Amino acid sequence: MSNERKIRVIVAKPGLDGHDRGAKVVAHGLKDAGFEVIYTGLHQTPEDIVQSVIQEDPDALLLSLLSGAHNKLFTAITKQLEEQGIDDVLVIGGGIIPDQDIPHLKKHGVEEIFGPGTEIDEIVEYVKTHLKR
Amino acid sequence: MDENKEKNIQKELERWENTTVKKVIDKYPLFKKYFRNLSDYDSKALYTPLDIMDLNYLKDLGFPGEYPFTRHVQPTAYRGKLWTMRQFAGMASADETNRRFKYLIENGLTGLSVAFHLPTIYGYESCDSMSTGEVGKIGVAIDTVEDMEKLFAGIDLSKISTSMTINAPASILLSMYLVVGEKQGVPSEKLTGTVQNDILKEYIAQKSYIFPPEPSMRLIIDTIEYCTKHVPKWNTISISGYHIREAGSTAVQELAFTLADGFAYVEAGIERGLDVDAFAPRLSFFFNAHNDFFEEIAKYRAARRIWAKRMKNKYGAKNPDSWKLRFHTQTAGVSLTAQEPENNIVRVTLQALAAVLGGTQSLHTNSFDEALCLPTEKAVRIALRTQQIIAHESGATNTIDPLAGSYYVEALTDEMERQAEEYFKKIEELGGVIPAIRQNFFQREIARAAYRYQKEVEAKERIIVGVNKYVTESERPEILYIDEKVEEEQCERLENTKKNRDSEKTTKALSILKQKARTEENLIPFILDCVRAYASIGEIIGALKEVWGTYREDAIF
Repeated sequence: MSNERKIRVIVAKPGLDGHDRGAKVVAHGLKDAGFEVIYTGLHQTPEDIVQSVIQEDPDALLLSLLSGAHNKLFTAITKQLEEQGIDDVLVIGGGIIPDQDIPHLKKHGVEEIFGPGTEIDEIVEYVKTHLKR
Repeated sequence: MDENKEKNIQKELERWENTTVKKVIDKYPLFKKYFRNLSDYDSKALYTPLDIMDLNYLKDLGFPGEYPFTRHVQPTAYRGKLWTMRQFAGMASADETNRRFKYLIENGLTGLSVAFHLPTIYGYESCDSMSTGEVGKIGVAIDTVEDMEKLFAGIDLSKISTSMTINAPASILLSMYLVVGEKQGVPSEKLTGTVQNDILKEYIAQKSYIFPPEPSMRLIIDTIEYCTKHVPKWNTISISGYHIREAGSTAVQELAFTLADGFAYVEAGIERGLDVDAFAPRLSFFFNAHNDFFEEIAKYRAARRIWAKRMKNKYGAKNPDSWKLRFHTQTAGVSLTAQEPENNIVRVTLQALAAVLGGTQSLHTNSFDEALCLPTEKAVRIALRTQQIIAHESGATNTIDPLAGSYYVEALTDEMERQAEEYFKKIEELGGVIPAIRQNFFQREIARAAYRYQKEVEAKERIIVGVNKYVTESERPEILYIDEKVEEEQCERLENTKKNRDSEKTTKALSILKQKARTEENLIPFILDCVRAYASIGEIIGALKEVWGTYREDAIF
C-alpha cells in the first residue's frame, strides 16, 4: 500500500443556492478517486468557507454555485483567503457560470471553471495536476 | 381472458423467441444487454396481453373524470379545455418581470408563474449580507407588498391564475398577493392560483427550508385552513416531485416520495381537525417530465390511480374532487445540455409531449438556453410555441389517454405503482416522512441515484447527444445577463418603502405576529396585517425565526 498522503479537498456550497446535486456527485466521485473529501453542506457564507479552509487545511477548495452569485461570492472567498495569507490552496469553481464571467473569476484567484456536462475524471485530473503544494 | 387463449399466447411467444428472434440475434446480436429506463427498469423486448393479465378495465382504469382517474381527471380532457400554458418567469426587478409577464401573455400564455429570487425564497431582505450577489439572479426580487404591486401592475388578477414557486415563506407571498388583490378591488374569493407551499420536499431535495419541520407544517396547515374559508379557488399546495427528480431521483422515487409527502399533508390537515373533503380538493401536484417517454407517461397515470385509491380508502374522502390528482408539469431542467443548446428544443418537445399524453393540467416547457442562464425572450417564445404546436398541430389532444391499453404502458404503470407502494412501506417503517427526513433517508436515496446516473453517463451506458456522443464544438447562444446593479437599486427601493411607511404600525404588526406564533392561533390574518403595514419579508420571517429557530441539515453526500 502506498504511503502517499491522500489529496485533501473541501467541496463547498456558498450562498443561498440549494442545488447540491452537482456538489454531492463531485464529492462522491473524488472520494471514489482516492481523495479525502470534506463537504461543507449548504448555505455557507464566504466567512464560513474560509474558516473551514483554515481548520481543515485542504489542498484544494471546490466551489459549486448555480444561482448566479459567483462573481461576488467566489471572489469574496478568494479575497479573504488572500487576506489570511493562504496562497497554496487550489481554488476551482463549478456550476452555471456564464462564459463572460470566467476571465473575471480567473483574474481573482479562481483557477478554473467547470460547467454542465463535465465528467468527474476531468476534475480529478485537473486537481491532481494543478496542486499548489 | 380465458385460460386457453393465455396458454396459446404464451406458447406462441416462446415459439417466436426461439425461432424468429433467435435466428436474427444469432446473426445480428443486440447492441446492448439491458434496455433500462431511468428508474433502472429493464424493459422487455416485447409486451403482450400476458403482461396485463390482471388488469381489470373498470377497476384499474375506468373512465376519464371518474374513479380511479387513471385515464384523466376531467371527463373531456383536452377536448374541453387545453392545459394551462404556464411559463415560470422572474428576473431582476418587479418592473422587469412585469414586462416579461406581459410579453408572455401577448404571446398566448394562459397562466402566470412567478420565480422569486433566492433572498425572497429564504426570507432575507435584498440588503441582507446573506443576499450578496443573489439579488434578482434566479428570479424576481420581492421585499414588500409594494414590489408585489409592481409585479402585477396592469394585470387583472380576476382574469388570470398565478402560480407562485415559494415554500418556506409561502404564507407571506400569498398574503402579499391577497393584498394586491384588495388594492385592485378583486375579492379573495375570486383569486385563482397556486402557492407551492410544499416544505417537505425542501428538506428532501430543494433545500430552501427556513424553520424546523414542525412549525413549517403548522404554517402550511394554517394556509390551507385560511384558504379553505377565504380563498376557496386557490390551490393551497403544489406537492412537488419536480425538485426531487432534479436533485437526482429516479422516476419511481419521484412518484413515491411526492405522494408520500401528499399523504403527510392530508394527515396533518386531518390532525388539525379539518374535514378531509374540505381541503383535499385544493391540493395540487407538480411533476417532472424527463427523457424516458413511456416511463413518464406511466408515472402520471400511476400517480392518479394511487392518489385516488388512498384518498378514498385510507383517508375516507367522499368528495370525488378529493380523489383527483391534478398536476402541473415542468420539463426536466437537469436534462438540458450546455453543449449544442439548440438540441434542447427537441428534448423539451418530447418531454412536453409525454406530459400531455400523461394528462397534465398545466405545463411549463423549459427554454433551450437554461443550462446557461435564465431564458432570453427568444428562447422562452420557442418554449411556449412548443406547447402550442403540441396543442394545435400534433393531434395528441384529439383523444383522451391515447396510450391506455398499450401492453407496455399499462404494465409499466402497474410496475411503478408496485414500486411506489414498496417505498410507502419503507417510509412508514421509518416512522413517516418527517422522521425519514431526519434520518436522511430520502437525501441518501436521491444522492445515490444521482451518482449512479452520473457514473452511467461517464461509462457511456447512457448516451447524452452532444455530451458523451456526437460531440462537436458548439457555439454559445446569446444569453440573458442580470446586471449586478439590480442589487443596489432594489436595496434603495426597500429603504424608500421603509422610509414612507407608518413604522409604528409595522412594528406593532410584527410584534403581534410574534406573540401569536407562540399560540396555536392561525397566523395568516396576522401575516396579512404585517404585509398591509409594508413589513418586509425579511422582517416577517425574522420575527418568526425568533420564535421557531432555524433548521440545518446534515452535510451528507
